[in-house]
Amino acid sequence: MKRLKTSTLFKVAIILYLFIIIFPFFWVTVTSFRPESEIWGSAALKLKGATFTTENYKLLFKTPILNSLKNSLIISTITTVYVTFIASLCAYAIARLDFKFKKLLTVIVLATSMFPQMIVIGPIYRVFVQLGWTNSYYISLPYSNITLPVAIFILITHFSQIPKEMEESATMDGSSKINTFFKIILPLAAPGIFTAAIIIFIGAWNEFLLSLTLNTNEAWRTATVNISFLRGQFEIFWGQVTAATVVVTIPTLIIVILFQKQIVSGITSGALKE
Amino acid sequence: MAGITLKNVSKVYDNGFEAVKFINLDIVDGEFMVLVGPSGCGKSTTLRMIAGLEEISSGHLYIGEELMNKVDPQDRNIAMVFQNYALYPHMTVYENMAFGLKLQKLDKKEIDKRIKEVAETLHIESQLDKRPKALSGGQRQRVALGRAIVRHPRVFLMDEPLSNLDAKLRVQMRAELIRLHKDLKTTFVYVTHDQTEAMTMGSRICVMKDGIIKQVATPEDIYNKPDNLFVAGFIGSPQMNFYKGTLLKEMEEYFLLGNNDEYGDFKFPLKVADKENAKPYLGKNIIFGVRPEHIKFTEEDGLKAQVLVTELLGSEVHIHLHVQGEIHTVKTDASVHIKAGDIIRVIPDPDKIHLFDPDTENAII
Repeated sequence: MKRLKTSTLFKVAIILYLFIIIFPFFWVTVTSFRPESEIWGSAALKLKGATFTTENYKLLFKTPILNSLKNSLIISTITTVYVTFIASLCAYAIARLDFKFKKLLTVIVLATSMFPQMIVIGPIYRVFVQLGWTNSYYISLPYSNITLPVAIFILITHFSQIPKEMEESATMDGSSKINTFFKIILPLAAPGIFTAAIIIFIGAWNEFLLSLTLNTNEAWRTATVNISFLRGQFEIFWGQVTAATVVVTIPTLIIVILFQKQIVSGITSGALKE
Repeated sequence: MAGITLKNVSKVYDNGFEAVKFINLDIVDGEFMVLVGPSGCGKSTTLRMIAGLEEISSGHLYIGEELMNKVDPQDRNIAMVFQNYALYPHMTVYENMAFGLKLQKLDKKEIDKRIKEVAETLHIESQLDKRPKALSGGQRQRVALGRAIVRHPRVFLMDEPLSNLDAKLRVQMRAELIRLHKDLKTTFVYVTHDQTEAMTMGSRICVMKDGIIKQVATPEDIYNKPDNLFVAGFIGSPQMNFYKGTLLKEMEEYFLLGNNDEYGDFKFPLKVADKENAKPYLGKNIIFGVRPEHIKFTEEDGLKAQVLVTELLGSEVHIHLHVQGEIHTVKTDASVHIKAGDIIRVIPDPDKIHLFDPDTENAII
């Protein structure tokens, strides 16, 4: 009886939570299909009898949104590839190799992810201006600031789960350290690498501040920044903003739906001992 | 094929723990050497130092004539079988076995030939396309063995390879390993904590304790002539019984005199081969040991004691007695009818008594 009660309570809590999370997105999606006149006031609350229009989307695609989506995609992909690669090497070293100040190093790596972005953005901007790297795909480099520590952390847990004998066995088979890493360790840590890659991609895709500061030229803007520019001198085009939000969310949604199995197994396998 | 020599080898970990203390061991080419001892005795560390997975703190390790201290494990041409098999889960059985051969840059035909041959001897031909996950424990063990064998290594190292198998399979694999050693004629170094495995498989046994080698000898010698109290107690099941007493000599005959609390004194006659060695111990306290199967029942004399428990094992019975505050065991055939609570008298075979110095714990005679 008690069990039944707790499980119902649990379900109610989850439903409530999902509602809180999903409702804004639902509202945004509904709004994106309404004319500007029905976004505000009492008309906004009407679900029945509202006017359906794709006008917002038509207007949105007249703006450089597609170009900014392309930028986002390229920058996020570059970030995902190189950060995953570097993170797996770092995490492997921390998880498996013996060297001095290993713990301190790990703590420092994780601590960098705690720095508020406001602090690091100034120096990064100056460096970029001096190197002439503003308005370019080089913005992927400072993106490691937000993604690398998390990725390293996820991968450390995965690498340390792989039995040590697996590597020792490969060593006895005559395999060098680097060969063992690529042929044995990486395939075994695949779920973890997958999780890390997806989290990196989503992190890069959602990034705003660095992009806003470093890529000021319209041709180099990412999608998130582009949304913030959907405004006139005196007004914000909420219809287009909501349409853009839907468009920008779609790629991440697709990724999550396609790879949900891997993500879940990746996340939980870090927590459970087999 | 090669022999292995350890000269004054020791292993000290970073935290100061001495796992292995200046051991000397000669493993002859083609021998089946079993390292046995309780957990934490340094047997696995010794094996891992031979493999190169553990650095040697001091001393020298030779494989064949070559000094191996600074040679990387992958260049030692040694194969190792691990307790948990350590098969690569993302590869098929065939790929698992081919992994080391590909690294040796052998051509595909040769690799294929070797794997097929070994798979046949190990009866895993039908499993070659399967992943390790789909195999039973015994089959996984065979694959782990096969992966070692296909490489034609100079030495096989095995770290408790049978301890994850159930009892029946373990006995079966034990026999197979012995056969394999005969066929391959390669040096085997085998680590176990199970003294039955050591006794049945080893051409020689190296008994270790606290990082020190206690005795290296053939299974017969280890059993019949243990060098010290530890080896005497560790090898043999049920274990040897130890008594505290005094060595006496009356009219050229030797006796052992002891006391079993409320059941009074006991006196065992004893045959001493090396009388010179026994001389300094006359009239002194001494520890003497007798194996359970070398104790007989008697009507008078001998040791009087109470039976605590009897264990029927089919063809034989183990009778547990309360002697000098400890439990002693007598092994006898199942026709004997003795039950718990009985007071009985026992006497050891005078030829089969082992004497130990109570201070050094070394065998005297």
